[in-house]
Amino acid sequence: MAASGVLAVRELRFWLTDYRRTWRGTIYSSVINPMLYLGAMGVGLGTLVDKHGTAHLGGVSYLTFLAPGLLAAAAMQSGIGQCSYPILGSVKWNRNYQAAAASPLRPGDIFHGHQLFVTMRLLMNCGIFLAVMAAFGAVRSPAVIFALPAAMLTGLAFAAPVEAWAITQNSDRGFSVVFRFVMIPLFLFSGTFFPVTQLPAWLRPVAYATPLWHGVALCRGISLGTLTVGDAFLHTGYLVVVTVAGLVVGQRTYRRRLHA
Amino acid sequence: MPESDILVSARGLTKRFGDFTAVDGIDFQLRRGEAFGFLGPNGAGKSSTMRMLGCVSPPSSGELTILGLDPVADGSVIRARLGVVPQEDTLDVELTVRENLLIYGRYFGLPRQLIKERTARLLDFVQLSDRASDQVEPLSGGLKRRLTIARSLINEPDILLLDEPTTGLDPQARHVVWDRLFRLKRRGVTLILTTHYMDEAEQLCDRLVVMDHGKIAAEGSPRELIDAYSTREVLELRFDPSSHEQAAEKLAAVPAERMEVLADRILLYIPNGDGALASVHDLGLDPLTSLVRRSTLEDVFLRLTGRRLDD
Repeated sequence: MAASGVLAVRELRFWLTDYRRTWRGTIYSSVINPMLYLGAMGVGLGTLVDKHGTAHLGGVSYLTFLAPGLLAAAAMQSGIGQCSYPILGSVKWNRNYQAAAASPLRPGDIFHGHQLFVTMRLLMNCGIFLAVMAAFGAVRSPAVIFALPAAMLTGLAFAAPVEAWAITQNSDRGFSVVFRFVMIPLFLFSGTFFPVTQLPAWLRPVAYATPLWHGVALCRGISLGTLTVGDAFLHTGYLVVVTVAGLVVGQRTYRRRLHA
Repeated sequence: MPESDILVSARGLTKRFGDFTAVDGIDFQLRRGEAFGFLGPNGAGKSSTMRMLGCVSPPSSGELTILGLDPVADGSVIRARLGVVPQEDTLDVELTVRENLLIYGRYFGLPRQLIKERTARLLDFVQLSDRASDQVEPLSGGLKRRLTIARSLINEPDILLLDEPTTGLDPQARHVVWDRLFRLKRRGVTLILTTHYMDEAEQLCDRLVVMDHGKIAAEGSPRELIDAYSTREVLELRFDPSSHEQAAEKLAAVPAERMEVLADRILLYIPNGDGALASVHDLGLDPLTSLVRRSTLEDVFLRLTGRRLDD
């Protein structure tokens, strides 16, 4: 029997064939979105923020502070987006998952194959984001390149658990709940736009518990060159644990759905 | 018969979903080169059985061996040697006909060149060669079904599983599908199919089982089943709705093996239909219409389950 990795790659190839239809549109939004956010918030709002002093931001301009946070948040959005509607579509509307399940692929291979595709898309999206950051002058040193794997890991820490849950759904009702009550609050309050220390004391532990805060702290620490070894292990470890947990649980939920 | 000629063997095969038992301890064996059918109404347990045979649904209990292997432990290996035509199409409608075969062939790890060769042959077989570069979306139901059949053959399977292959197709499209399946059968491909159409079962199946409420009610060739469970002929009578029940009471006097009173007609099971019709007239009954015909699998089904197949 073919090894598990080989079978997952066959599912990856399905997604690559599928992506040939839509890649142009996705490249467009991966370039435009960071430009809009960095332009409006980083440059526009940043000019006002910087007038009041940058001590709270660690002495860097608001644009430089914001950019790595937005990078992590964009990775989260990409991870959640790719693992919600496309999964329900695969099992319910397009039924390509049922087709794959009738072949030698096992449910876990189908799940991991899609996660490989998501990883590839995160590499593209986060890479483009970094390039736009550099074009805006929001990059301080070449070491920022290490923020690429950090951002990808942040995206996967959302992609894997969300996909593990999405495969259990029968309608898209749950997705808007996740978008509204998980993604948007995390986006706004996990340190992307302002340091978490600005939150009321009782709310800070909540922010520290969320994967996005760890992703933002990791990307920002790398980008600004302020990351300590201890923090690097803490944030990376947290994100790895959440990702692996998603991958393990997803293998079960995929089996329940596709091998009922 | 040598052991290797038995491709599928099931004993006490059971599938439960919570408290509901979809398949209730069925036994059957499938031999190489055979066309084997599961006949039954909706909800009889046919599709659940097919999903277990397709190794996408683990049995709740009982024994199941497919190609000499255990479907739970070796599901991936078995699926590599099966072709599946699911009840609902799972084609990628945004891709072309040819791309659908390419994607599916790659699930089986086949090299691109081999898929290309087989695609040409298979599209020719299902008469879709001229549509190879067309998108699947606008194709009719019959063409999509033929494409699904072509796709299921991409790995040159040992067993082809067809779950209600012609449900939802118009009569012409059904006949084309039957014709293609008949050719496959003649080439020695082993077929397992489910259906709730008796004509489909009679045309295609060498041997079939009648399923009802998750159990096997009878097993045999279409001819054997008709001989065992029905009479040679059937007299169908239709009366004015107002005198329907009265007529049924009087007809008890006709020496028939069995009588079925349906909502719209009365069936008399007898060896000689014309003789029976004469006795009906002798009783002073005057049916609106009368028809003498041979017994079919539908009659077998009615006898075994007390219901019509399409109920």
